Amino acid sequence: MAHQSDLIASDIDAYLTSHQYKSLLRFITCGSVDDGKSTLIGRLLYESKMIFEDQLSALEADSKKVGTRGGELDFALLVDGLAAEREQGITIDVAYRFFSTDRRKFIVADTPGHEQYTRNMVTGASTADAAVMMIDARKGVLTQTRRHSYLVSLIGIKHIILAINKMDLVEYSQERFDAIERDYRAFAARIGLNQITAIPVSAVYGDNILQHGDNMPWYKGPTLMSHLETLEIDRTDVMPFRMPVQWVNRPNLNFRGFAGLIVSGKVTKGERIRSLPSGKESNVASIVTGDGEIDEAVAGQCVTLTLADEVDASRGDVISVANDPPQSASAFEATLVALNDAPILPGRSYLLKLATKVVSATVNPIKYKVNVNTLEQLAAEKLELNDIGIVELELDQPLVFEPYEKNHDLGSFILMDRMSNNTVGAGTLHFALRRSQNVQWQFTDVNKKARAQLNRQQPCCVWLTGFSGAGKSTIANLVEKKLFSIGRNTYLLDGDNVRHGLNKDLGFTEQDRVENIRRVAEVSKLMVDAGLIVLVSFISPFRAERNGARALFGEGEFLETFVDTPLANAEARDVKGLYKKARAGELKNFTGIDSPYEPPEAPEIRIDTTKLSPEQAADLIVSTLRTRGIIPQE
Amino acid sequence: MGPDTFTNGLSAHRRRLQDMTINLTHLQRLEAESIYIMREVVAECEKPVMLYSVGKDSSVMLHLAKKAFYPAPPPFPLMHVDTTWKFKAMYEFRNRMAKEVGMELIVHINQEGLAQGVGPFTHGSAVHTDVMKTQGLKQALDKYKFDAAFGGARRDEEKSRAKERIFSFRSAQHRWDPKNQRAELWNLYNTRKHKGESIRVFPISNWTELDIWQYIHLENIPIVPLYFSDKRPVVERDGSLIMVDDERMPLKPGEKPQMRSVRFRTLGCYPLTGAVESEANTLPQIIQEMLLTTSSERQGRAIDHDAAASMEKKKQEGYF
Ligand SMILES: Nc1nc2c(ncn2[C@@H]2O[C@H](COP(=O)(O)OP(=O)(O)O)[C@@H](O)[C@H]2O)c(=O)[nH]1
Repeated sequence: MAHQSDLIASDIDAYLTSHQYKSLLRFITCGSVDDGKSTLIGRLLYESKMIFEDQLSALEADSKKVGTRGGELDFALLVDGLAAEREQGITIDVAYRFFSTDRRKFIVADTPGHEQYTRNMVTGASTADAAVMMIDARKGVLTQTRRHSYLVSLIGIKHIILAINKMDLVEYSQERFDAIERDYRAFAARIGLNQITAIPVSAVYGDNILQHGDNMPWYKGPTLMSHLETLEIDRTDVMPFRMPVQWVNRPNLNFRGFAGLIVSGKVTKGERIRSLPSGKESNVASIVTGDGEIDEAVAGQCVTLTLADEVDASRGDVISVANDPPQSASAFEATLVALNDAPILPGRSYLLKLATKVVSATVNPIKYKVNVNTLEQLAAEKLELNDIGIVELELDQPLVFEPYEKNHDLGSFILMDRMSNNTVGAGTLHFALRRSQNVQWQFTDVNKKARAQLNRQQPCCVWLTGFSGAGKSTIANLVEKKLFSIGRNTYLLDGDNVRHGLNKDLGFTEQDRVENIRRVAEVSKLMVDAGLIVLVSFISPFRAERNGARALFGEGEFLETFVDTPLANAEARDVKGLYKKARAGELKNFTGIDSPYEPPEAPEIRIDTTKLSPEQAADLIVSTLRTRGIIPQE
Repeated sequence: MGPDTFTNGLSAHRRRLQDMTINLTHLQRLEAESIYIMREVVAECEKPVMLYSVGKDSSVMLHLAKKAFYPAPPPFPLMHVDTTWKFKAMYEFRNRMAKEVGMELIVHINQEGLAQGVGPFTHGSAVHTDVMKTQGLKQALDKYKFDAAFGGARRDEEKSRAKERIFSFRSAQHRWDPKNQRAELWNLYNTRKHKGESIRVFPISNWTELDIWQYIHLENIPIVPLYFSDKRPVVERDGSLIMVDDERMPLKPGEKPQMRSVRFRTLGCYPLTGAVESEANTLPQIIQEMLLTTSSERQGRAIDHDAAASMEKKKQEGYF
């Protein structure tokens, strides 16, 4: 792998020393199909001599066989292979390529393709310091160019290199180049991109890639490579010190260190720090690394801090400089990109990971989604794969954060689905919503515990789920009668009844069902807080919502009760004639017919209605309440 | 170049580590990324293990693990899925390293394969690799119920790896589903999985071969002596130099091992790993040779020549 440097052969030690202090630049290439992205990357690899002879001879052979350059070297073939994989249906959102010169090591995120473009590009861009925006000189700024630029601006990449390619096909015309550059700058300014370097190139012939060449004497700027080698990478070390705690290192009783990646600023031994959210302050006693103790560490380094005082920080907490700590909040406005085939629904409970902290989060509401081509704002009830939405997020607890604009590491997050475990979304925080900072939960003196004692019962929520016509309401009714007769305080929330009032604005689409359940869960929670035994009788077909409901309650307060009636039996009974209508196509989104039912995986109570009568079923529930100590023994 | 340029390079590196607080070097950034990944796994997974293949990439991975958890020892065991056909020098090195770092070393051998006498000479490289390595690995993961396994694969090794995630999911049957890879943004890794599922984690994904060698050089990381040139008995087969490492190697009529100055660029099962002729016996010489060489790293591995089974396919089936 012949790096250009002659030093390799003559003085390897000098060469190694010079390569020891290279910096690292990550960049992404954006462009539409056929703009010449692969050719450009292939050429960069080739020119920086990252190609071995065996690969080169393969390239020569392939160029003759399938190349698009009439048998001459087709650099695009070096990085392709992706096309073939795409045919096999493999998701290739990003491929990473590596090359280096004497000054820098480069990691290129290459995002192929059309359909999944948003997801792919956002993924590749998330770790990039710069973006190379390819434009075909014949075509100029296209809709795609605008879309890619918008995505780049969302991810906060500041350095844009506008590579105006195929200059050979426009007679190396300066006028053409100037016109495209003007066009682009006008658009880019609108979305806040202003660090733009435009370079006229020919990926195929190499003009202005490494050398200037003779074809464009009018161009006086840097070549693409020299610009990549010298552009200044954003510095995060000048910001205030922050380090999310990743892992607490306790090898023995004498050592307790907080391990983490410094995401901004620097820290020195002895410095005053604050741990969040506790707010406890202390001094840095030592900065430990695998190479021993150091006196100072900066953004980008992984270290382990020990503190002078006993501070009880754990994973997910943030250690910051004492006099300039980040804020905490539990509701935000954010940009959210949907990354999965399953849409993101408002009201559903997801897990959110920011830095090293995982919390519960709901999207509520989606303010609008953005058409990435026109930047138009559209109303949206859910976010589907590749959608970009501006949303409000609500968390179950305060989170230490900073706006993404200010600090990428404390302002970026992913959303994970509780059931599938998939990463369904990724986003950036804009700002905390006032309500989360002002509306505090009121702690009252008469609390759940006091009311429970007065009522001589443990409040709880018995959540009956099952098909329409499974027998939920009948059983719930009987249970309530039995509890009432022994003097227990209860309330029954029935699906149909709630839909007449509280939820009368909701229909039966997936997102309405999610919201329906969310409200019922919240109401039950308040009622449990009021000291009641709440019986909920709702089809509640989705596991995610039932789990979301469960998450609202304390240990042992939520009893998921599966009224297990096979669909065929429920349909045969068809008390309300609904199945008939659904089969006839008159009712849409009917559970079991054209909308799925996800049975509970580990319900607290399971009622097999093919074996138990409603009376027996009710007794089973009441006796379970007894054995769990929710109501007193007889 | 003598041994002192070595130490000079090293202490200069350390000094720079202290002064150069503003711009981290590419190796420092790569090191931090790998350490972050390892800590993330330890913090979020229940039972991680480090797959240790004894090669240079494993050596770097192990070194990074020591740094990541210092002063604690790495809080997971090392596991070697042994095909029984590794070079003798690799076994010696493996045992010495495990002792030195004080980590538990689990050695797993596919006993069924062993009982059936599966080996590269009798069964061919494809079957041998599948039974002893791929199946062996699955057995071991099932046996010990590891839910996360670190591997030393790099994205620059091969086209198909260029697009694999750092956290790569495996079903309960250990299959990789390339159609269903999770999105991986920033350094926010999603480690959630269902019972029985596991994750392969590649902390040195973004290192190149040169990065690895340079880091070994700077950090003085021990590696198996086979990487350095020495006089070794070899025979030439199908254009590859195969070392006669033990008596199990059947010699063809007329074949006579010759002593030649050779070394290895990658290490695997000795019958499947070609040597290169070389005089390089210091790290700078090795690096120099690598930089001037004209063929890619994996050419010496017979397994990659098996065109019938692409890496893609092997991975789907559970090969690392
Ligand atoms: N004339 C000319 N053709 C180019 C140039 N760059 C790329 N091409 C050709 O444009 C076509 C598409 O290039 P490719 O790199 O595969 O585009 P990608 O889809 O963006 O990766 C190929 O036929 C290339 O040879 C250029 O600078 N000049």
